Amino acid sequence: MKLNNLGYLLKEGFRGIFLHGFMSFAAVCVTVACLVIVGSFSALAYNLDVMVEDLNKTSEILVLIDSDLSDAEARSIGTKINLLDNVLQATFVSREEALEDFVNDHNGDSAFNGVQASDLRHRYVVTLEDNTKMQETDQQLKQIPGVAKTDAAYELAEGFSTIQSVLHLVSIAIIAVLLVVSLLIISNTVKLAMYDRKDEIAIMKMVGATNGFIRLPFVVEGFTLGMTGAVLAFGLEWAGYDALVQKVEGIDALQLFHFVDFQEILLPLVAIFAAAGMFVGIVGSWTSIRKFMDV
Amino acid sequence: MIQFTDVVKSYEQGNRALNGVSMQIEDGEFCFLVGPSGSGKSTIIKLITGELRPTSGAVHVNGYSLERIRKREIPYLRRTVGTVFQDYRLIDKMTVYQNVAFAMRVVGAKEKEIKERVPYVLELVGLENKMNRHPNEMSGGEQQRLAIARALVNNPSTIIADEPTGNLDPERAFEIMALLQEINNLGTTLLVVTHAQNLVNVFHKRVIAINEGLVVSDGEEEGYSHEAE
Repeated sequence: MKLNNLGYLLKEGFRGIFLHGFMSFAAVCVTVACLVIVGSFSALAYNLDVMVEDLNKTSEILVLIDSDLSDAEARSIGTKINLLDNVLQATFVSREEALEDFVNDHNGDSAFNGVQASDLRHRYVVTLEDNTKMQETDQQLKQIPGVAKTDAAYELAEGFSTIQSVLHLVSIAIIAVLLVVSLLIISNTVKLAMYDRKDEIAIMKMVGATNGFIRLPFVVEGFTLGMTGAVLAFGLEWAGYDALVQKVEGIDALQLFHFVDFQEILLPLVAIFAAAGMFVGIVGSWTSIRKFMDV
Repeated sequence: MIQFTDVVKSYEQGNRALNGVSMQIEDGEFCFLVGPSGSGKSTIIKLITGELRPTSGAVHVNGYSLERIRKREIPYLRRTVGTVFQDYRLIDKMTVYQNVAFAMRVVGAKEKEIKERVPYVLELVGLENKMNRHPNEMSGGEQQRLAIARALVNNPSTIIADEPTGNLDPERAFEIMALLQEINNLGTTLLVVTHAQNLVNVFHKRVIAINEGLVVSDGEEEGYSHEAE
């Protein structure tokens, strides 16, 4: 293929889009719909990742020390706790500090006036490197001599991890199905364009046009449809995401959910949309062309 | 040059279209290929243009060996062989000029070359005053002239004309044959597939007659008749 034909081939590609206006419109709409769903699942999966990560940072195990141990003995247990693999940090809280926290937590309620520091235990607040191993680490902590009891809310952490895994799997399945749908629609649009021009293609083959020369306008057509769908879908995704975040932030019951700013996921989403648009456009048109090449 | 050596062509369904055809058409020759329907004429054309490959035997066309030609070489083979069909196969939405220019453009010709060559070829076939017409505004004879112009425009060394006069009245048919003769005089090899006995007889050219996939006669045959088929 020679460069002096490039302008002609590109022009032919764009002409094809307008020649089958309705089908092109349908292909762009389906691509937009598919990509918006794909983008939404990607954004949701990312946000859930961030939430689980935040939960990892805030989740902790409370380790209560045997009340028979002296202050010095209780403090020495911190070394053993820190030696455990999954422990990020173990902060010692004395009985006195624990009492102060207790009183503060209950806003100085007089009902607790009789509670003494000696009624409470020394304790460690343990944060972990990986919350998915919370249960395992909790068991290890219980094995340490001098540890009377532990308190770990690993059900919540595990619940989030499970939701995260399920959502990842569902996202992959939905993304795959929607990509195939977009591929088929774009493929059919290009097929229609090729069918309409089958006589032209036969003449091109007859006079000695190369397959590359015949293919390029149709690939340009598919690529343009795919990318137009991607750009429109990206705009819709951005607007929809911002609107959803504003709505969620205004509902008290949903304060647990904290969504990242769109700017934070902008680049990965641009990459996903551009790649998906390009993929469905080029692969969709390429597969439909093959049939018409054997003239 | 077109050379067939003991060519056999069987189709997948088991039909044998050619049963050992051998023939040679030299550069610059004008040759008729005649034979009844189903005799193998179309198969010969398809073998020459690379649409089919021989089952056995050898086919050489303008330096290409068709039995082992690579797929990507076929477009380049086709640029050496112009093809004209009975049904013209023109693009109605394009003008006369655009139809011919299209054939140059798809083989990568520059715009400057197209602007020079297309009017020259249209003048050669007598359509210089109808450049802006569309094929469906023209007579059958004019459409066939346009098809010939398109086959000629990339300067092929060979032109294959498959029943070029099949849709024309006798006067127009003679005009088309005269035009092909003129093109042959300029050095282009001509292979004309036809049923028109009167034309074959008038032009006194080499006639290759084919029947049931075999060459049954080959030579300049005055008074050729369908009985020879």
